[in-house]
Amino acid sequence: MLKVVEINNLTVQYPDVKALDNVSLVVNQGDFLGIIGPNGAGKSTLFASMLGLNTKYKGTIKFFDEDIKKSKNYLKELGYVPQKPIFEKNFPVTVTDVVRMGLRKESDENKIDEVLQQLWIHELRERRIGELSGGQQQRVFIAKALVNNPKILILDEPVTGIDQQSIDLFYSILRELNFKQKITIIWSSHDLDAVNKLANHVACLNRTLFFHGESEKFFSDDDLVKQYSEASMQEHMHHH
Amino acid sequence: MSFEILTFSFMHRALISGVAIAILCSVVGLFLVLRRYSLFGDAIAHSSFGGIALGLLAGVYPLWTAYAVSIASALIITKIKDRYNISGDASIAVLLSSGIAVGLVIIGLSGGFTIDIFSFLFGSILLVSVDDTVLVLTLTGAILIVILLFYRQLLYSTFNEEQAKVSGIPVEKINYLIVFMAGITVVTSIQLVGVLLISALFVIPNVTAIMYGKGFKQTAIISMSFSVFSVVSGILISYIFDITPAGTIVLVAIGLLAGTMGIKSAGLLSKN
Repeated sequence: MLKVVEINNLTVQYPDVKALDNVSLVVNQGDFLGIIGPNGAGKSTLFASMLGLNTKYKGTIKFFDEDIKKSKNYLKELGYVPQKPIFEKNFPVTVTDVVRMGLRKESDENKIDEVLQQLWIHELRERRIGELSGGQQQRVFIAKALVNNPKILILDEPVTGIDQQSIDLFYSILRELNFKQKITIIWSSHDLDAVNKLANHVACLNRTLFFHGESEKFFSDDDLVKQYSEASMQEHMHHH
Repeated sequence: MSFEILTFSFMHRALISGVAIAILCSVVGLFLVLRRYSLFGDAIAHSSFGGIALGLLAGVYPLWTAYAVSIASALIITKIKDRYNISGDASIAVLLSSGIAVGLVIIGLSGGFTIDIFSFLFGSILLVSVDDTVLVLTLTGAILIVILLFYRQLLYSTFNEEQAKVSGIPVEKINYLIVFMAGITVVTSIQLVGVLLISALFVIPNVTAIMYGKGFKQTAIISMSFSVFSVVSGILISYIFDITPAGTIVLVAIGLLAGTMGIKSAGLLSKN
């Protein structure tokens, strides 16, 4: 089994809090990994470190057996869909413009049409990005992430504030990408049911990693699920 | 009224450099406006005031010292902003006031050279020389080529810095490139509208064009058209009625913006 990601003893210390404590994790090719954990569990910090946006960490992160502090080559094989893409609402770019930004080689221009069709947004291609609904925008950003034929797709809780129909469509697209195109997916989510249905591996994060393994193992262990749900609920109450 | 004015060679030089500056300001300005850096042009222009005063004091051609001071202070303020985490608008205020302060002190020390300074404050497009025109065309061409070469990087890092970084774009270097190009553009444009009105050319045609354009290239082309129209008609109108060109150019641009807002309120433009 080819190791796509290998994280060893990752620790991130912020001035007032330890965001991640000694996290080790391996993701193999073809895995569909759901990362779950309450708010503030360190999911965003984990992603920022993996994407090279946070470099102040202890431990090592390797993609394809190469330390990311030594080589940025892995970014070419990676597509990233942020939680809620931030841009000026009236930024004058069309859907095609946004997807083209992701394109590394200009020669692959017809790849744009291909991903737009695959994500059911081809008819929106000349519309301005700010005019679209949240669900449509999200599919545009997935298209942008896919336009270079990535081997890995990283998605940061990408269903916040999106209607149920779009979420269902989004999930079926993810399943297809992993199942048919064999893209390795690393996906953080609050939606335990969706993780249960889609992911074949689960990582439970709350600053430390307290479970990582096959999805079936996690969801058949009532204690683990209960433990997660309670932690999540406490966090939820805390936030209200 | 006749077309006689179009036969004067000073008018040819004014129109040629005016059109080049109009195109340059609208393209560079589009990136600044979309980065919420609209007043950056103004700040660089004010710092160039210090550079101009320095040149007049030292007996060097003032535009050369203006280029040096403006580009250096724009890059330094960007560095300071990143290092000490100062917000964009505050760093612009620092740059803006320090340029004027340096200029005023130098003017005071030299006993004043008010006449020369005025042409830089308010522009003097009808006085551009052949050398000035060649310089304007060269710099405009060079900056447009750089923008075309780094088009994706410039657009992507303006749209979303974080995602651009993940896509492997050297965002910090691109930020410095934009600041550097803005510095050159501002000083080059001083002759057209002067230090005080420069940000108008950076901002107004772009704010207008964003209401029309769908995609980025379309918006850039619309903005250039508005900008060129404002500059050419501004120069001609001001000559015919014997009023100041800089003020007239900016008023034409504001007129286009006001008209666009009117069209939009009437519901004739799609809501963007």
